[in-house]
Amino acid sequence: MSGGTSNFQSNSRIVNWIEHRLPIFSFMDAQMNQYPTPKNLNYFWNFGSLAGIVLVIMIVSGITLAMSYTPHTEYAFTSVERIMRDVNSGWLIRYIHMNGASIFFIVVYIHIFRGLYYGSYKAPREILWMIGIFILLAMMATAFMGYVLPWGQMSFWGATVITNLFSAIPLVGDYIVQLLWGGFVVDNPTLNRFFSLHYLLPFVIVGLVFLHLWALHMHHSNNPTGVEIKDEKQDTIPFHPYYTIKDLYGLGLMMIFFAFFIFFAPNYFGHPDNYIMADPLVTPPHIVPEWYFLPFYAILRAFTSDYWVYQVISLGGTLMSAKLAGVIAMFASILVLLLLPWLDRSRVRSSKYRPLYRFFFWVFAIDCVILGWVGGLPPEGVLVTIGQWSTFWYFFHIIIIVPVVGVLERPKPLPDSIAASVTGATQAAE
Amino acid sequence: MSETANHAGQPTSGGAEIDEQTRRDFLIWSTAAVGAVGTAIAVWPFIDQMNPAADTLALASTEVDISQIAVGQSITVIWRGKPVFIRHRTPEEISEAESVSLDQLPDPQTDADRVVKPEWLVMVGVCTHLGCIPLGQKQGDSKGEFGGWFCPCHGSHYDTSGRIRKGPAPTNLPVPSYEFTDDNTVLIG
Repeated sequence: MSGGTSNFQSNSRIVNWIEHRLPIFSFMDAQMNQYPTPKNLNYFWNFGSLAGIVLVIMIVSGITLAMSYTPHTEYAFTSVERIMRDVNSGWLIRYIHMNGASIFFIVVYIHIFRGLYYGSYKAPREILWMIGIFILLAMMATAFMGYVLPWGQMSFWGATVITNLFSAIPLVGDYIVQLLWGGFVVDNPTLNRFFSLHYLLPFVIVGLVFLHLWALHMHHSNNPTGVEIKDEKQDTIPFHPYYTIKDLYGLGLMMIFFAFFIFFAPNYFGHPDNYIMADPLVTPPHIVPEWYFLPFYAILRAFTSDYWVYQVISLGGTLMSAKLAGVIAMFASILVLLLLPWLDRSRVRSSKYRPLYRFFFWVFAIDCVILGWVGGLPPEGVLVTIGQWSTFWYFFHIIIIVPVVGVLERPKPLPDSIAASVTGATQAAE
Repeated sequence: MSETANHAGQPTSGGAEIDEQTRRDFLIWSTAAVGAVGTAIAVWPFIDQMNPAADTLALASTEVDISQIAVGQSITVIWRGKPVFIRHRTPEEISEAESVSLDQLPDPQTDADRVVKPEWLVMVGVCTHLGCIPLGQKQGDSKGEFGGWFCPCHGSHYDTSGRIRKGPAPTNLPVPSYEFTDDNTVLIG
């Protein structure tokens, strides 16, 4: 990792002996202690480290749950109930893990919108941003497979509906679905492999997080002004103790929020149907995914055969079925974010100096909330229309508004430096 | 490759040198090709292990006794882990299914193509949209607008022949291969 040098020195002979062979102490000193950080970061910059901490909480609670969980269709549901009733502190560990998934997505979604607002994805941080999108995808896969493990009704039918999405792929779709299931329906082989992959993917995420941090430390954190660090002495402060203490304060607040759900509303984010054991012959009347998937679920469902966007992209219904179009749109809604660093033509990063973009940013944020709201309700009446227009706006914003605003907008004058913005040197220019 | 070698400061000295580099290129590319094919072959078992195993495939056929099913009654049996609907259709249902003209159907298929004996409708009870189980098997279930089956997940309506009539499902409920081994027994699969 570059960025930040270390003048690490120790009097300990043991430390020096190790340092000579593996320079891990100077590395940690440079990256976590002296690491120069913009002096003007606000509390939205807490969410990266918070996400890292939640990842560790999820891994620790997950590994301990796996010690009492049985990945078999006959025993999975009862083994989870046994964890809840008989295993020492089992209820606590399970509620931590269950609600931890929701907390993880809350923190990560705020982290992503922070990046969108302050233009953190722009050069030279494109790869940093893209790795973040891959982390999001890995998180989604992990969360989806984890939700199947308790083998409740929502587990089973969620798995059925989502794996059936792949049957929309022309020619090979049915074979892919059979490959995913290891049979002709979601059954024991499916549960086994989901458990295996659910255990694996978090460690893949850890690897991606390491790359994410490596890319971050190359060019350091962005900051609310979006102006790069010009003079390390003037513009930055060492990570420790200034940001360790700031992150610790944010961590305290997050843990209060987290603990509230664990102890007082542990099933708030869940669905009661998942406390009914999976029954392959009875479909619950209304299947909904977990809340963090709802906007994407709304995009999937928006594509009906009479949706005008579908009619356009499928050339009047000839190119693909509405089902396939919905599946493609759902995946595209995340993958299109990979292109954002190139779609945004503005040279100014922070929305603070981009009044027009700032307006559209908030419209986009509201649009995502509407998609989430529609995704959780049955697709009937006016909701279908709302979902379809919100889906249209989601893509219209990223593909059309972002580039056009980047070219047309006249940004406000930027401060000369981070230090100048803090001391208010160029405030007069605004 | 040859460019890299030249940039590395190797003086080019006529044809022998060029031959040498072409041979090296050939060796590198053929090694890579053999390695890629070998890797692909080695990876296949690790992917193929996910496909249905021998014991899963062994459960591929199911025998059902249909002597106890009265006219107008349905039963659900399990075949390959999937529900199969067996319905003893009433004469009205049969005539309704047969009278529909094909241009009214999103997935055109005559009723005769979907049954062996008109009074017995046998089909996989899995909605072709996203795999939910349609309602309509039990008394009191919603049967949809066409008197057959109704999928509660995303609102697909099937008629008395199990054909899709309305909603997001793309195709009719599939008919498995089956035969009547005698008047009272159906062998599915």
